[in-house]
Amino acid sequence: MATLELSIGEEVAVTQAPRARRLGPLFWAAIGWMIFVFAAAALAGLLPLPSPTDMDMLERRAPASVLHWLGTDGLGRDELARLVYGARISLTVGLCAPVIGITIGGALGMLAGYFRGRFESLVVGSMDVLLAFPPLILALAVTAYLGQSILNLTCILGVLGIPAFMRVARAATLTLARREFVIAAQALGATHARILLRELLPNVFLPLFAFFLLGVAVTIVVEGALSFLGLGVPPPISSWGSMIGEGRESLEVAPRLAFLPAIAMFLTVLSFNLVGDSLRALTDPRQGAL
Amino acid sequence: MMQVTQPSPSHDPLLKVENLVVEYAVGGKTIHAVSDVSLQVARGETLGLVGESGCGKSTLGRAVLQLRQAVSGRVLFDGQDLTAMHGDALRQMRRRVQLIFQDPIASLNPRRRIGDIIAEPLVISGVKDPERRHELVCEVLSAVGLDPGLVIGRLPHEFSGGQCQRICIARALVLNPEFIICDEPVSALDVSIRAQILNLLEDMKARFGLTLLFIAHDLAVVKAVSDRVAVMYLGRLCEVGPSEQLFAAPAHPYTALLIEAIPVPDPDVRPAESVPVGEPPSPIAPPSGCRFRTRCPRAGQRCSDEVPELRQVAPGQFVACHHPLIAAG
Amino acid sequence: MTETALLSVEDVSVDLPTPRGNLRAVDRVDLTVGAGRTLGIVGESGCGKTMLSRAILQLLPKKAKLSGRVMFDGQDLVRLDPERLRKLRGRSLAVVFQDPMTSLNPVLTIGTQLIETLQEHLELDGNAAKRRSAELLAAVGIPAPEQRLMQYPHQLSGGMRQRVAIAIALSCEPKLLIADEPTTALDVTIQAQILDLLAREQRRRHMAMILITHDLGVVAGRTDEVAVMYAGRVVERAPTAALFKNMRMPYTEALLAAIPKIDAAPHTPLPAISGRPPDPTRPIQGCSFSPRCRYAAGQCHREKPSLAAAESADHQYACFHPIEIAARVPA
Repeated sequence: MATLELSIGEEVAVTQAPRARRLGPLFWAAIGWMIFVFAAAALAGLLPLPSPTDMDMLERRAPASVLHWLGTDGLGRDELARLVYGARISLTVGLCAPVIGITIGGALGMLAGYFRGRFESLVVGSMDVLLAFPPLILALAVTAYLGQSILNLTCILGVLGIPAFMRVARAATLTLARREFVIAAQALGATHARILLRELLPNVFLPLFAFFLLGVAVTIVVEGALSFLGLGVPPPISSWGSMIGEGRESLEVAPRLAFLPAIAMFLTVLSFNLVGDSLRALTDPRQGAL
Repeated sequence: MMQVTQPSPSHDPLLKVENLVVEYAVGGKTIHAVSDVSLQVARGETLGLVGESGCGKSTLGRAVLQLRQAVSGRVLFDGQDLTAMHGDALRQMRRRVQLIFQDPIASLNPRRRIGDIIAEPLVISGVKDPERRHELVCEVLSAVGLDPGLVIGRLPHEFSGGQCQRICIARALVLNPEFIICDEPVSALDVSIRAQILNLLEDMKARFGLTLLFIAHDLAVVKAVSDRVAVMYLGRLCEVGPSEQLFAAPAHPYTALLIEAIPVPDPDVRPAESVPVGEPPSPIAPPSGCRFRTRCPRAGQRCSDEVPELRQVAPGQFVACHHPLIAAG
Repeated sequence: MTETALLSVEDVSVDLPTPRGNLRAVDRVDLTVGAGRTLGIVGESGCGKTMLSRAILQLLPKKAKLSGRVMFDGQDLVRLDPERLRKLRGRSLAVVFQDPMTSLNPVLTIGTQLIETLQEHLELDGNAAKRRSAELLAAVGIPAPEQRLMQYPHQLSGGMRQRVAIAIALSCEPKLLIADEPTTALDVTIQAQILDLLAREQRRRHMAMILITHDLGVVAGRTDEVAVMYAGRVVERAPTAALFKNMRMPYTEALLAAIPKIDAAPHTPLPAISGRPPDPTRPIQGCSFSPRCRYAAGQCHREKPSLAAAESADHQYACFHPIEIAARVPA
């Protein structure tokens, strides 16, 4: 005498806690800043800005004026334009490098966590070797050998980020691969590829993406540090980091030359961190039974 | 009405496990999960496999499905050796044997919709037409008592444990399998839901003509659904026999111990002061000879020297014991 | 029994604010436990039994709102100041939880956990505490207790860990022990041993005990009184024998009928209860069990029945259509 539950009706009508409530005003402010910076960087060519490379030797370290909204730097170049074009560099490197990390590192991590055994030991071992290299020395070596360019910089930072993504992906995969729904898929005769793509990837993706955003924040800072030391993007291309470096000389006369790019970097990094953190909180299991 | 098909002795058993040994290494030590187990399940019957935690029953279930590598032994399904199959051939066989798990919520991918989850077996086995798939999914959801319209578009976390288990049963049934292994399907559910799911399983068995291997640690639950019952202890079979007979007159001291320990919901039945038989030994270093001897009140010298083999003591009832409660016939 | 109860729960309600609305986990519960007696609390998941035990211990989550009184040994625990409450817990009021792996600290040895409880409440010095710990472990049936003191929880089996948890709970001779599903995670043979141990220790120490479980079988043999909970309320309360022999509440009857019995023939259809336990964030108008009750009539869907005694003062139930003794379905 089976009992049928044909109508679930209101029992199943779940009102998920409105997501908007859990993301506070800080989250939206961060999103706002990110949109602003992206838009400025993307549309730099269309904005009514003077060229960032035009040097006006008569107007060096000039304060803010109608011509130069934020003044000029040590070589007479427009500060605002440099900030906007600098954003391009920072964001390009900041986004592209972790993309290398998430694709290669994420894939390696998932495969290692799923197949385990010798393959896993190999992957984890080689990542450990990579991590053992002092990153700065590696960056120096590459730039010395291959030359300074945005591409080289992006690749180096990307490769240096692979172990971290591998770790995150592997950890997520390890917890998931033992869950019954994966065994259920195996029992159904699914191929490994299908299990990895259909069962594991959707679950691993969100924590990995949250980590990606944090990775962007870190990469922007690292690129800034390298450029500050003169190892990053080559002149005359400006990034926020090199601007801070150049601003060092003018600290008594025109401190804004160092502080403006620093503030811009600070706000951008903070925004990525906040969004990344909020996403990470959201990937926690949904409210469990009370 | 439920019809219970009696196993016909002239037909070959649908599942035959021969001398299966499953071991695995954990941190340098070997766990002897299943040691030389042989059993058969006839077409249309339900074999209950009962034992406490660590006895290897779940491992046995997974090994039968080749989800766990066996060290030695064979698993014959409809005459074909599953242990010798690989790749595509094995995948083809999987359509005929399905598995239901203990934790219904964990058995469903939290990020996929129910409709997709149930259609997955159809996709894997090559049903290309989405309309046809949808039709089959709706059919099987109705069969397990859920309204397809309300269920297909939702995610697993929106359902209760009992409903999730129905969904898992639907997924197991969608390919019209012949054999289903139920691994503790009701242990994680509330008492009032358990009865629903057990009734549902019996219903489905009759409707789809299934053969079941029902693994559980709760004897009353196993007895309620099984034709025959096998009792396992620490990787070995202790006793096998028809349900009614086995519980009325157990031959193995362990079976008797299990039956006695069940709390009876009758206030007049005073629970017997349990004999302090201690803790079960670890499967890493199981006792020599009969593995139950360290807790058995009837153990003798022979029990530590010689591994007891299954011998018939009553019609259809086999026991592996040197001092069984029923003398060998 | 006219002695004043050791524990008296009076009109206790627990409300939890959740994103989906207010959740009434416990709804105006009254209970008493006399010294040396065992009260069984039976219910399925979501019925509020765990929240009730937390309410008694004053260990509710911060967001929870508690109303009512919990009188223990003459003191109202709800209004007691935190310092005195802390001294009471562990000393006079002890708990054993369901999962010993999480209720024992995995990074401290068994000995450390026992000794720190003894030192805190009984102010024993190191050596005396160590001796007493070994005695306690022996009393709960753990072989080679001195060696065990040095071991960590993960080195013991589930049954052993639960015995250790019981030893810690009993170490300071409490007056009341609350056992929240102490054997649910254990095998049936170990379950019997643990329940025997609890019964033995209770008799020896003349200790009161609250045994919380979902298993009617466990309650039948080992309690003096039973309270059945459903959707946050106590729906039936009676001395154990009376509950099983003269159950009045349809839910209790349905619950008992839904358990597979070991002496029933195989393939006997089980009379299952249709539907499922209600969502605590959506209180139902009328009796909470009415959507699933085979005897439900009009009044049941409109009004909530209150817990009241009919024939005998100690058998109370909350139902408009209690089962008549003559028409009771045999279990």
